[in-house]
Amino acid sequence: MLLLALILVPAVAALGASALRGPARRTPWLLLGAMTHLALVAAVAITPPRPVFHGWIALDALGLVVLATVSALFAAVAVYAVGYLRRAHSPGGRAFVGCLLAFLAAASLVALSHHFALLWVGLEATTLALAPLIFHKHDRRSLEAVWKYLVISSVGIALALLGVFFLATAQAGGPPGARPLVVEDLIAYADRLHPAWLQAAFVFLLIGFGTKMGLAPMHTWKPDTYGEAPSLVGALMAGGLTSCAFLGLARVTAVATAAGSGPFIRPLLLGFGVLSLVVAAAFLIVQTDVKRLLAYSSVEHMGLLAVGLGVGGVGAYGAVLHMINNAMVKGLLFFAVGNAVLRAGTGAPAALSGALRRAPASGFLLLVGLFAVTGSPPFGPFLSEFAILGALFHAGHYWIAAIMLALFAVIFVGLAARILEVVHGPPSPSAPGVGEDPWRLAAPAVLAIAVLTLGVFIPGPLFRALAEAAGTLGGGAP
Amino acid sequence: MTRVAELLLLLVILTSFLALGTARVSACIRAVALQGLLLGLLPLALYPAGGAHIWGLAVGTVLVKAVVLPRFLNWAIREAAVRREVEPRVGYPMSLLVGVAAVAAAFAISSRLPLPEQAHEMLVPAALATVMLGLFMLTTRSKAVVQVVGYLILENGVYLFGLTHVERVPFLVEVGVLLDVFVAVFIMGIVVFHINREFDSLDSSHLSALSD
Repeated sequence: MLLLALILVPAVAALGASALRGPARRTPWLLLGAMTHLALVAAVAITPPRPVFHGWIALDALGLVVLATVSALFAAVAVYAVGYLRRAHSPGGRAFVGCLLAFLAAASLVALSHHFALLWVGLEATTLALAPLIFHKHDRRSLEAVWKYLVISSVGIALALLGVFFLATAQAGGPPGARPLVVEDLIAYADRLHPAWLQAAFVFLLIGFGTKMGLAPMHTWKPDTYGEAPSLVGALMAGGLTSCAFLGLARVTAVATAAGSGPFIRPLLLGFGVLSLVVAAAFLIVQTDVKRLLAYSSVEHMGLLAVGLGVGGVGAYGAVLHMINNAMVKGLLFFAVGNAVLRAGTGAPAALSGALRRAPASGFLLLVGLFAVTGSPPFGPFLSEFAILGALFHAGHYWIAAIMLALFAVIFVGLAARILEVVHGPPSPSAPGVGEDPWRLAAPAVLAIAVLTLGVFIPGPLFRALAEAAGTLGGGAP
Repeated sequence: MTRVAELLLLLVILTSFLALGTARVSACIRAVALQGLLLGLLPLALYPAGGAHIWGLAVGTVLVKAVVLPRFLNWAIREAAVRREVEPRVGYPMSLLVGVAAVAAAFAISSRLPLPEQAHEMLVPAALATVMLGLFMLTTRSKAVVQVVGYLILENGVYLFGLTHVERVPFLVEVGVLLDVFVAVFIMGIVVFHINREFDSLDSSHLSALSD
C-alpha cells in the first residue's frame, strides 16, 4: 500500500492544488505534498514493502536510489518555491503547483515500475507535466523552447515505445509462465530472449531515453528549454527528469547485460557518452547565457552516466552515485542562478554580470556549485567521476579516459569563466531586483551540504543500496 | 481474413503516401483520418475470434484516430486559416521517392528479423515503413499542423507493431498508446494555437530565435 501511496499522494495533491484558490494557499500545499512524499520514501527505505500488481510495482535498490533522489530534490524545489513565488509571478500561473506535483507522481511511477510499459507511461507523464511550466513567459522565445521540447521529446518517447514493443517481441520465445515486460522475469529468463530483437530494442530505448536524458546528438532541445524555463523548473528537469530517464536506460542495460548482449551495448553507451562530453565541452566554451551553460553541463553529466553504464564494473556504481550527485548539484546551481536572475531583475547575460556581488550568500553557493559540478574534491561528483575513470582504466579504455580528463579541463574553464563573472564581475548598471530570501538560500544550502557530505563519506545504508544497484547493472562496488 | 488484413496493411502504407505527397493541409488530415479508420479495422481482421477486448480496441482506435484527432486538427487549421504547406524542405516528388526507399528498406530489414509468433507476416514491415514515413514527414515539413500529422503517422506505425502483441501483452500498452497520441496532439494543438496567435502563422520555421 505504501508503494501506491508514493504515486497516489502527489497525484491527488496535484488535483487538490487546482481546487485551491490563491497562491497564498497553494505554496504551503506544495510544501506539504513534498514533505509527505519524502516521509513516505523514508518509510519504504526502512521497511521494504512487498510488490503489488503481479510485481509491476515494486521497489529495488536502484529504484529506491532514484526515488529518494527525486524526492529530496523535489523537497528542495518546494522550499525554494516558497521564497521564489513571493517575488516572481508564478510560472504556469494557476497550474504551477499542480504541474509540479503531477511531475512528482509520474517520477515516482517511473522509479517504482518494474514493467517496461508502465515505466514508459511514467516517463511520458513526466514530459507532459513539465511542459506548461516552460511556457511561462508567453513570449516568442519560451514558445519556441516549449515547441522544441515537445516535438523532440515526443518523437523520442514514441521511438522508446517501439523499443518496448521490440523487447516484448524478444521475450516471445520465453517460458509461458514469464510475465511479459516485467524486469525480474526478463532478467531471470534472459538466456531465452531473442538476441536480434533485444539489440533492436536496446537501440530504440537508448535513443528514446537518451533523448529525454539529453545525450548528444539528441540534446538539441536542452539548451533552449533550460535557458527559457524558470530556475526551479530547470532544477527539476536537470536533476529529476534526467534521473528518471537514466533509470529507464539502466533497466534496459541490466536486461541486455544479463542476456549476454554486453559486447553489443557497451560500445554504443560509450560512444554516445563520449560524444556528449565532446559536444558539451565544445559548446560550453562559447556560451554566454548561464542557464544554457548549465544545460550543456547537464549534457556532459548525462554523457558521464552513459559512460559509467557502458564501462560496467565499478563504473556502474559510479554512474548510480553520479546520478545522485548530479541531481543535488544541478539543484544547487539552478537555485543560485535563479537568485542571481532575481537580483538582476532579468535573465539577460549582460545584466547578470556581477549580480551576486551584493548577494554574497548566493554568490558563495554558486561558487560551491561551480567546484562541485566540475568534479573538484572534496565534493561528491569528484568521487563518482573518479570511480567512472577508474573503471575505464581498469577496463583498458585508456584513450577514453585521457579524452575525458582533457574535456574536464576544457569544461572547467568554460564554466568558471562565466560563473565567476556572475559572482565577481563588474556590476552592470541595470536596475537592481530583489534581495536575498531565507527560503531561497535554505534550499541551495541544504543541497550544498548534501553534495559535500557525499564527497566526504557515504553512509552505510546508501553504500549497500548503491552496491546492490550496481550489482543489478552487472557491476559492483569498489 | 488474412487477405483482408493484407489489403488493409497495403492501404495503410498508401495513405501514408497520400499524406506525404499532397500540398493541401486538409487532404493531409483526410489521409491520416482514413489511416486511423484502417488501423481500427485491422485488429478485427487479424484476430477474427478476438472477443470484447479486440472490439474495444477497434472501436477506441477508430474513435480517437479517425474521428477525434482529425476533427481537432481541422479545428486548428480553421482557427489559423492555413490551407497549403509552403515550400517543404524536401520537394514532393523527392519525398515520394524517399518514401518508396523507406518502404523497401522496411521490408528488407524485416526479412532479416525473425517474426514474432502469431503475427501476420506483413505487419512488421508495414509498421516499420509507417514509422519511417512519419518520421520523414515530421522532419521535412515546416507547417506545425503537418508536423503533427507526421507525428501521428509515426505513432500509427508504433501502434501497428503493437498489434503483434495484442494477445500476449496486457491491455495497458494499447491504452498507453492511445492516451499518448491524444495528449501529445492535444497539447501540440494548444501550442499550435498559441503560435498562431503569436505570429499569425503556423510556420514553425519562424521558430529559430534560439540557437548557438
